[in-house]
Amino acid sequence: MTVPPISDFSRTPALSRADVWQVLAEIPDPELPVISIVDLGVVRDVRLDGERVHVEFTPTFMGCPALDVMRSHMEDAIRGLGGEPEIEVILDDSWSTDRISAEGREKLRAAGFAPPTPRAAEPPTLIQLERGSFRCPWCGSTDTKLENLFGPTPCRSLRYCNGCRQPFEQFKTI
Amino acid sequence: MTERVDLLLAVADDELILGWRNSEWTGIAPFLEEDVAFSSIAQNEIGHARALYELVARELGTDADAVAFDREPHEYRSAPLVELRRLEWARTIARHWLYETADAIRLESLKASDDTELAGIAAKIDREEVYHRIHAEMWIDRLLASPEGRPRLEEALDELWPYALGVLDGELRPELVDRVGAKLDRTLPDVEPVPRGRHEAELAELLEEMTSVRRSAPAGARW
Repeated sequence: MTVPPISDFSRTPALSRADVWQVLAEIPDPELPVISIVDLGVVRDVRLDGERVHVEFTPTFMGCPALDVMRSHMEDAIRGLGGEPEIEVILDDSWSTDRISAEGREKLRAAGFAPPTPRAAEPPTLIQLERGSFRCPWCGSTDTKLENLFGPTPCRSLRYCNGCRQPFEQFKTI
Repeated sequence: MTERVDLLLAVADDELILGWRNSEWTGIAPFLEEDVAFSSIAQNEIGHARALYELVARELGTDADAVAFDREPHEYRSAPLVELRRLEWARTIARHWLYETADAIRLESLKASDDTELAGIAAKIDREEVYHRIHAEMWIDRLLASPEGRPRLEEALDELWPYALGVLDGELRPELVDRVGAKLDRTLPDVEPVPRGRHEAELAELLEEMTSVRRSAPAGARW
């Protein structure tokens, strides 16, 4: 085994992509702090070029005020590692609610938010939203009805559970 | 101004101005669900406008806020349909549905554009617009099924029809005629469109109100 020269031990250890992913995974969603931005699937890629850390960020809903907060929290976290952040905002159709991780979906459900149903080939219809099988995050019943397509934030709609007589927030599928 | 900037501004200005108009229902809609719906739709539309203004700003070497707020009323590219102040429910629903129907046709054409950046943004915008269309159609069905609602809605649709045609370029208008006619099960009047480029007097009032905070702050203020 070759012993590295002493000088190498005194240098700041080089950043790795895993380090970056790890700090990003600790950043909570500003509006739904039960899940992290990595669980949310908005970080598409991380690349390193020396100290420069390039992050591809795919926003959720375009009018979501949390996006700017996420971006500045990512920059802070990367600077905390000694890196120079470059956040590239990718505005195309590559983010979908399908990108929320399985773990993230369970965290949402546990916090009382029904996770989104999978994206289908065709966009959703009113019939599906009214008659589809949407499960209450509180009691698990699928005897629920649509109250309002829109909710407290762009990403959620409101449903009511006939089983436990509780309203709940349902993630929209996009 | 390039053709691309002109196109981006037409779409972005429609979304910003209609977003503002929709937000005028915040707090005063007929009931709480609609207060939430129109506020949320407004938030989405203004988000779409912002993304498109970012592209314009990059081409013009400025920032999105400057593009959105620092122009004179005659420099906006919005369609007269979105400029009208319509704080009356039948007309609000008529405008909402006519706009969303026209916008769907426009987005379909943009998604097929060879400008891949614009096509990608159009696809993303369309994912959100699906919910606006469902909301608008739900209201059209509800009003058409009501003896009081139907005549009021039909009257509002006839009044706004020339404006709706003006949202789209000439080659996309026949598709709007087909879709609106199919839903209403009647032939729409053959009228001259109220074209983009003409402005309603209400636009200047809207811009005066919308930019008042920005104009009150010193240049270069950060928000």
